[in-house]
Amino acid sequence: MTIDWANFAPLPALAGGLLIGCAAALLILGAGRVLGASGIVGGAIEGRKGDAAWRWSLIVGLIAAAPLSRALWGAAAPVFAAGWITLIVAGFLAGFGARLGSGCTSGHGVCGLARLSPRSAVATGVFMATAFATVFLVRHVVG
Amino acid sequence: MARNALGLIVGLIFGLGLCLSGMYEPAKVTGFLDLAGRWDPSLAFVMGGAIAVALPAFALARRRASAWIGVPIDLPTKRAIDAPLVVGAAIFGVGWGLAGVCPAPGVVDLGFLSPGAAIFVAAMAAGMLTWRAVADRRLPGRGLSAQDA
Repeated sequence: MTIDWANFAPLPALAGGLLIGCAAALLILGAGRVLGASGIVGGAIEGRKGDAAWRWSLIVGLIAAAPLSRALWGAAAPVFAAGWITLIVAGFLAGFGARLGSGCTSGHGVCGLARLSPRSAVATGVFMATAFATVFLVRHVVG
Repeated sequence: MARNALGLIVGLIFGLGLCLSGMYEPAKVTGFLDLAGRWDPSLAFVMGGAIAVALPAFALARRRASAWIGVPIDLPTKRAIDAPLVVGAAIFGVGWGLAGVCPAPGVVDLGFLSPGAAIFVAAMAAGMLTWRAVADRRLPGRGLSAQDA
Protein backbone atom coordinates (compact mmCIF):
# COMPACT_ATOMS: atom_id res chain seq x y z
CA MET A 1 0.00 0.00 0.00
CA THR A 2 1.25 3.48 -0.93
CA ILE A 3 0.08 6.52 0.99
CA ASP A 4 -0.97 9.55 -1.05
CA TRP A 5 1.01 12.05 1.04
CA ALA A 6 0.26 14.94 -1.34
CA ASN A 7 -3.48 14.77 -0.61
CA PHE A 8 -3.41 13.37 2.93
CA ALA A 9 -4.71 16.19 5.15
CA PRO A 10 -5.47 14.84 8.63
CA LEU A 11 -6.04 18.19 10.36
CA PRO A 12 -8.84 19.60 8.14
CA ALA A 13 -10.30 16.08 8.03
CA LEU A 14 -10.34 15.86 11.82
CA ALA A 15 -11.70 19.41 12.22
CA GLY A 16 -14.43 18.71 9.66
CA GLY A 17 -15.22 15.45 11.41
CA LEU A 18 -15.57 17.25 14.75
CA LEU A 19 -18.07 19.66 13.12
CA ILE A 20 -20.05 16.73 11.71
CA GLY A 21 -20.08 15.18 15.21
CA CYS A 22 -21.34 18.50 16.65
CA ALA A 23 -24.15 18.54 14.08
CA ALA A 24 -25.15 14.97 15.04
CA ALA A 25 -25.00 15.86 18.76
CA LEU A 26 -27.12 18.98 18.27
CA LEU A 27 -29.81 17.12 16.30
CA ILE A 28 -30.18 14.20 18.72
CA LEU A 29 -30.04 16.25 21.94
CA GLY A 30 -31.87 19.27 20.52
CA ALA A 31 -34.55 17.73 18.36
CA GLY A 32 -34.35 14.03 19.23
CA ARG A 33 -33.51 12.85 15.70
CA VAL A 34 -30.63 10.85 14.27
CA LEU A 35 -28.49 12.69 11.72
CA GLY A 36 -28.83 10.33 8.78
CA ALA A 37 -28.72 12.11 5.44
CA SER A 38 -30.53 9.44 3.41
CA GLY A 39 -33.36 9.11 5.93
CA ILE A 40 -33.71 12.89 6.19
CA VAL A 41 -33.76 13.42 2.42
CA GLY A 42 -36.00 10.37 1.88
CA GLY A 43 -38.56 11.62 4.41
CA ALA A 44 -38.44 15.12 2.91
CA ILE A 45 -39.16 14.06 -0.67
CA GLU A 46 -41.86 11.63 0.46
CA GLY A 47 -43.46 14.66 2.09
CA ARG A 48 -44.34 12.99 5.37
CA LYS A 49 -47.12 15.00 6.98
CA GLY A 50 -45.92 17.11 9.90
CA ASP A 51 -42.44 15.63 9.64
CA ALA A 52 -41.06 17.17 6.45
CA ALA A 53 -40.42 20.87 7.23
CA TRP A 54 -37.44 20.33 9.57
CA ARG A 55 -35.94 17.97 6.98
CA TRP A 56 -36.22 20.60 4.25
CA SER A 57 -34.69 23.18 6.63
CA LEU A 58 -31.74 20.87 7.20
CA ILE A 59 -31.34 20.34 3.44
CA VAL A 60 -31.35 24.14 2.92
CA GLY A 61 -28.61 24.38 5.57
CA LEU A 62 -26.52 21.74 3.78
CA ILE A 63 -26.83 23.59 0.47
CA ALA A 64 -26.10 26.98 2.08
CA ALA A 65 -22.90 25.57 3.61
CA ALA A 66 -21.35 25.50 0.12
CA PRO A 67 -21.35 29.27 -0.56
CA LEU A 68 -20.57 29.87 3.11
CA SER A 69 -17.44 27.70 3.03
CA ARG A 70 -16.43 29.40 -0.21
CA ALA A 71 -16.76 32.79 1.52
CA LEU A 72 -15.04 31.66 4.74
CA TRP A 73 -12.00 29.81 3.41
CA GLY A 74 -12.35 29.82 -0.37
CA ALA A 75 -13.56 26.24 -0.80
CA ALA A 76 -13.29 25.35 -4.50
CA ALA A 77 -16.19 23.90 -6.46
CA PRO A 78 -16.09 20.08 -6.49
CA VAL A 79 -14.94 18.24 -9.62
CA PHE A 80 -17.17 15.40 -10.79
CA ALA A 81 -14.92 13.11 -12.80
CA ALA A 82 -17.66 10.55 -13.46
CA GLY A 83 -19.75 10.95 -16.61
CA TRP A 84 -23.48 11.58 -16.45
CA ILE A 85 -24.47 7.94 -17.05
CA THR A 86 -22.23 6.81 -14.18
CA LEU A 87 -23.66 9.58 -11.98
CA ILE A 88 -27.22 8.47 -12.71
CA VAL A 89 -26.43 4.81 -11.92
CA ALA A 90 -24.41 5.79 -8.83
CA GLY A 91 -27.10 8.15 -7.52
CA PHE A 92 -29.88 5.63 -8.06
CA LEU A 93 -27.99 2.79 -6.34
CA ALA A 94 -26.91 5.05 -3.45
CA GLY A 95 -30.46 6.31 -2.93
CA PHE A 96 -32.19 2.93 -3.24
CA GLY A 97 -29.56 1.05 -1.25
CA ALA A 98 -29.42 3.57 1.58
CA ARG A 99 -33.20 3.44 2.04
CA LEU A 100 -33.34 -0.36 1.82
CA GLY A 101 -30.46 -0.65 4.30
CA SER A 102 -31.92 2.03 6.63
CA GLY A 103 -28.98 4.41 6.37
CA CYS A 104 -25.83 5.70 4.73
CA THR A 105 -22.44 7.05 5.70
CA SER A 106 -23.87 9.50 8.24
CA GLY A 107 -26.71 7.39 9.70
CA HIS A 108 -24.80 4.13 10.04
CA GLY A 109 -21.16 5.21 9.65
CA VAL A 110 -21.20 8.11 12.11
CA CYS A 111 -24.34 8.00 14.28
CA GLY A 112 -24.79 4.23 14.27
CA LEU A 113 -21.19 3.52 15.22
CA ALA A 114 -21.39 6.27 17.85
CA ARG A 115 -24.48 4.52 19.29
CA LEU A 116 -22.44 1.28 19.32
CA SER A 117 -25.20 -0.33 17.24
CA PRO A 118 -24.30 -3.81 15.92
CA ARG A 119 -26.72 -3.26 13.00
CA SER A 120 -24.85 -0.13 11.95
CA ALA A 121 -21.47 -1.80 12.43
CA VAL A 122 -22.53 -4.56 10.02
CA ALA A 123 -23.99 -2.05 7.53
CA THR A 124 -20.84 0.12 7.65
CA GLY A 125 -18.59 -2.91 7.16
CA VAL A 126 -20.68 -4.06 4.19
CA PHE A 127 -20.90 -0.71 2.38
CA MET A 128 -17.22 -0.01 2.97
CA ALA A 129 -16.38 -3.42 1.51
CA THR A 130 -18.53 -3.00 -1.61
CA ALA A 131 -17.28 0.58 -2.09
CA PHE A 132 -13.62 -0.56 -1.87
CA ALA A 133 -14.41 -3.40 -4.28
CA THR A 134 -16.22 -1.08 -6.72
CA VAL A 135 -13.33 1.40 -6.85
CA PHE A 136 -10.86 -1.46 -7.26
CA LEU A 137 -12.85 -2.89 -10.20
CA VAL A 138 -13.39 0.48 -11.86
CA ARG A 139 -9.81 1.71 -11.46
CA HIS A 140 -7.66 -1.40 -11.64
CA VAL A 141 -9.61 -4.08 -13.48
CA VAL A 142 -11.92 -2.37 -16.00
CA GLY A 143 -10.16 1.01 -16.20
CA MET B 1 -40.62 26.17 14.56
CA ALA B 2 -37.75 25.48 16.94
CA ARG B 3 -37.33 22.18 15.14
CA ASN B 4 -36.98 23.90 11.74
CA ALA B 5 -34.46 26.40 13.11
CA LEU B 6 -32.45 23.55 14.62
CA GLY B 7 -32.64 21.69 11.32
CA LEU B 8 -31.20 24.67 9.47
CA ILE B 9 -28.33 25.12 11.96
CA VAL B 10 -27.57 21.38 11.97
CA GLY B 11 -27.54 21.35 8.16
CA LEU B 12 -25.15 24.32 8.09
CA ILE B 13 -22.72 22.79 10.61
CA PHE B 14 -22.91 19.38 8.91
CA GLY B 15 -22.29 20.97 5.49
CA LEU B 16 -19.40 23.11 6.74
CA GLY B 17 -17.85 19.98 8.25
CA LEU B 18 -18.15 18.13 4.94
CA CYS B 19 -16.55 21.06 3.09
CA LEU B 20 -13.74 21.60 5.60
CA SER B 21 -12.90 17.89 5.71
CA GLY B 22 -12.75 17.69 1.90
CA MET B 23 -15.44 15.01 1.82
CA TYR B 24 -17.60 17.16 -0.48
CA GLU B 25 -15.00 16.50 -3.19
CA PRO B 26 -15.62 13.17 -5.03
CA ALA B 27 -11.89 12.71 -5.76
CA LYS B 28 -11.13 12.92 -2.02
CA VAL B 29 -13.60 10.10 -1.37
CA THR B 30 -12.37 7.86 -4.19
CA GLY B 31 -8.80 8.56 -2.99
CA PHE B 32 -9.83 6.98 0.33
CA LEU B 33 -11.69 4.09 -1.31
CA ASP B 34 -8.79 3.23 -3.64
CA LEU B 35 -6.73 0.96 -1.38
CA ALA B 36 -4.77 -0.47 -4.30
CA GLY B 37 -3.73 2.92 -5.69
CA ARG B 38 -2.19 5.86 -3.87
CA TRP B 39 -4.28 5.75 -0.71
CA ASP B 40 -5.45 8.93 1.05
CA PRO B 41 -6.46 7.95 4.63
CA SER B 42 -7.97 11.41 5.41
CA LEU B 43 -11.55 10.15 5.54
CA ALA B 44 -10.76 7.88 8.47
CA PHE B 45 -9.99 11.07 10.40
CA VAL B 46 -13.36 12.56 9.39
CA MET B 47 -15.20 9.53 10.77
CA GLY B 48 -13.00 9.39 13.85
CA GLY B 49 -13.56 13.06 14.66
CA ALA B 50 -17.30 12.82 14.09
CA ILE B 51 -17.68 9.70 16.24
CA ALA B 52 -15.54 11.21 19.02
CA VAL B 53 -18.16 13.96 19.47
CA ALA B 54 -21.26 11.94 18.63
CA LEU B 55 -20.47 9.03 20.99
CA PRO B 56 -20.86 10.95 24.27
CA ALA B 57 -23.84 12.83 22.80
CA PHE B 58 -25.71 9.58 22.07
CA ALA B 59 -24.75 8.18 25.47
CA LEU B 60 -26.30 11.28 27.03
CA ALA B 61 -29.35 11.07 24.73
CA ARG B 62 -30.03 7.50 25.85
CA ARG B 63 -30.40 8.69 29.43
CA ARG B 64 -32.72 11.56 28.61
CA ALA B 65 -36.46 11.24 28.06
CA SER B 66 -36.88 14.27 25.84
CA ALA B 67 -34.92 16.62 23.62
CA TRP B 68 -34.28 20.31 24.32
CA ILE B 69 -37.30 21.37 22.28
CA GLY B 70 -39.52 19.07 24.37
CA VAL B 71 -40.14 16.27 21.88
CA PRO B 72 -39.24 12.62 22.68
CA ILE B 73 -35.77 11.40 21.66
CA ASP B 74 -36.27 9.04 18.72
CA LEU B 75 -33.47 6.46 18.79
CA PRO B 76 -33.59 3.48 16.42
CA THR B 77 -35.03 0.37 18.08
CA LYS B 78 -34.47 -2.26 15.38
CA ARG B 79 -31.92 -4.89 16.39
CA ALA B 80 -32.18 -7.58 13.71
CA ILE B 81 -29.31 -7.95 11.26
CA ASP B 82 -31.53 -8.93 8.34
CA ALA B 83 -31.37 -9.20 4.57
CA PRO B 84 -32.64 -5.67 3.76
CA LEU B 85 -29.88 -4.20 5.96
CA VAL B 86 -27.08 -6.20 4.34
CA VAL B 87 -28.35 -6.06 0.75
CA GLY B 88 -29.18 -2.36 1.02
CA ALA B 89 -25.76 -1.52 2.46
CA ALA B 90 -24.08 -3.56 -0.30
CA ILE B 91 -26.00 -1.70 -3.03
CA PHE B 92 -25.33 1.64 -1.35
CA GLY B 93 -21.59 0.93 -1.26
CA VAL B 94 -21.52 0.22 -5.00
CA GLY B 95 -23.24 3.54 -5.72
CA TRP B 96 -20.93 5.39 -3.33
CA GLY B 97 -17.83 3.84 -4.89
CA LEU B 98 -18.93 4.46 -8.50
CA ALA B 99 -19.04 8.24 -8.16
CA GLY B 100 -17.35 8.97 -4.82
CA VAL B 101 -20.50 10.73 -3.64
CA CYS B 102 -22.80 9.82 -0.76
CA PRO B 103 -26.10 11.53 0.07
CA ALA B 104 -25.02 14.47 2.27
CA PRO B 105 -22.04 15.60 0.16
CA GLY B 106 -24.25 15.27 -2.95
CA VAL B 107 -26.72 17.75 -1.44
CA VAL B 108 -23.92 20.11 -0.28
CA ASP B 109 -22.44 20.10 -3.79
CA LEU B 110 -25.77 21.43 -5.14
CA GLY B 111 -24.77 24.65 -3.36
CA PHE B 112 -21.68 24.91 -5.58
CA LEU B 113 -24.08 24.83 -8.58
CA SER B 114 -22.32 21.72 -9.77
CA PRO B 115 -24.17 20.02 -12.68
CA GLY B 116 -22.75 16.63 -11.63
CA ALA B 117 -24.30 17.07 -8.18
CA ALA B 118 -27.68 17.90 -9.72
CA ILE B 119 -27.60 14.68 -11.79
CA PHE B 120 -26.47 12.57 -8.82
CA VAL B 121 -29.07 14.01 -6.42
CA ALA B 122 -31.93 13.68 -8.94
CA ALA B 123 -31.02 10.02 -9.52
CA MET B 124 -30.65 9.49 -5.76
CA ALA B 125 -34.14 10.91 -5.18
CA ALA B 126 -35.49 8.59 -7.89
CA GLY B 127 -33.79 5.63 -6.18
CA MET B 128 -35.28 6.61 -2.82
CA LEU B 129 -38.79 6.98 -4.24
CA THR B 130 -38.43 3.65 -6.06
CA TRP B 131 -37.55 1.98 -2.75
CA ARG B 132 -40.62 3.59 -1.18
CA ALA B 133 -42.87 2.33 -4.01
CA VAL B 134 -41.46 -1.20 -3.75
CA ALA B 135 -41.74 -1.20 0.06
CA ASP B 136 -45.37 -0.02 -0.06
CA ARG B 137 -46.28 -2.72 -2.58
CA ARG B 138 -44.68 -5.47 -0.48
CA LEU B 139 -46.34 -4.48 2.77
CA PRO B 140 -49.45 -2.53 1.79
CA GLY B 141 -50.50 0.05 4.33
CA ARG B 142 -47.53 -0.43 6.58
CA GLY B 143 -44.54 -0.06 4.34
CA LEU B 144 -41.18 -1.31 5.46
CA SER B 145 -40.07 0.48 8.55
CA ALA B 146 -38.48 3.68 7.35
CA GLN B 147 -36.64 4.19 10.58
CA ASP B 148 -33.36 5.89 9.90
CA ALA B 149 -30.23 3.88 10.70
